[in-house]
Amino acid sequence: MLLLLVGIVLVHIAALVLLFVSTIVSAWAVNSASSSDLWTNCTTLSDTVKCDPADSGVWIQAVQALMILSIVFSILSLFLFFCQLFTLKKGGRFFLTGAFQILASLFVMCGAIIYTVMNRDWVHPSLNYGYSYILAWVAFPLAFISGLVYVILRKRE
Amino acid sequence: MAIFSILLSSSASLSPPASLVLELPVTSLPSSQCTAISVYTNWEKHALLGSDVRLSCSFFSWHWTSSEVTFSWSYRADGAKESTTIFHYTNGAPYIGTKGPFKDRLDFVGNPNRRDGSILIRNVDYNDNGTFTCDAKNPPDIMGHSSNVRLLVFEKVPVQAGVITGAIIGVVLGVLILVVAIYYLMRFLVARRVFSLSMSRHGKKGKGKEGSQQRQASGHLPPP
Repeated sequence: MLLLLVGIVLVHIAALVLLFVSTIVSAWAVNSASSSDLWTNCTTLSDTVKCDPADSGVWIQAVQALMILSIVFSILSLFLFFCQLFTLKKGGRFFLTGAFQILASLFVMCGAIIYTVMNRDWVHPSLNYGYSYILAWVAFPLAFISGLVYVILRKRE
Repeated sequence: MAIFSILLSSSASLSPPASLVLELPVTSLPSSQCTAISVYTNWEKHALLGSDVRLSCSFFSWHWTSSEVTFSWSYRADGAKESTTIFHYTNGAPYIGTKGPFKDRLDFVGNPNRRDGSILIRNVDYNDNGTFTCDAKNPPDIMGHSSNVRLLVFEKVPVQAGVITGAIIGVVLGVLILVVAIYYLMRFLVARRVFSLSMSRHGKKGKGKEGSQQRQASGHLPPP
């Protein structure tokens, strides 16, 4: 039981780290010469890097907001987990923790889907998907599974 | 005796200069070589296609506003090399250029007595993109820099970066806080109601005992 709990917390923290990396690192769409992400478009021309702020359209701002919200909810869920670990009575379930984590995973899913559908508008067609984009998609099932396990888990002494 | 006057002559905004250092000598001011007039306009002006845009121009001068104050607006289109004068105010009367792109669309909406030389351009088009220059002179204060304002015409006003992001985050977190607050409020109210219910039940039981005691006591009164 304790082993399961520790395992699920590790999965939760892994998902959180993936979310952070995905949101911050500029590698959502890459090319040999340029990279673009939610915040900037950077181009490397003969050893100098030139960055412009990303297109301020409605959809990219929605993706930014959803990624940030998923990070916030995941952190809140981790915090609630430690609260509930000490205050929950025997046999209780980690409902709130699981709910917040599932919400976080839903936000990541929405953000990644919107980016996939709309990125033709603001990214040059020659760019391929970078690893930040893949990490976002990997973080979604990790967060979802950990949230589900939290909801199912019962506290035993 | 030298006069040191440093005037901030910027075309960034209509506010008066941010920092002035002026030492006046005891004797009267010599020739106006060191005082200068400062002209203020906006830096850029954004306008929607087809709307009316007001180009503001104001000036600061160490002399009183004379009756011979002049305002002059000229326009240089984007990509053109020369600028043409489109408006001139002198001798108390405005003169709008009769030839040129703005001949029917320009109005003088300023108040020279209040140092305001603004013009209004109606029904802007994409061809009006360019730089407008305002030059004001307040005799004897005639030396100074003119000021430029760029006009940018948009089909629709672009959304500023970060506005929608902040709005979405704010709404979701606000809803979360609201739900938590309502949950705790309901718990508090339900707890209070349960508490008051149990109190009233306890009170009724107590009263009932007293009432039966009173009846017993009155029953013991001997009849006359």
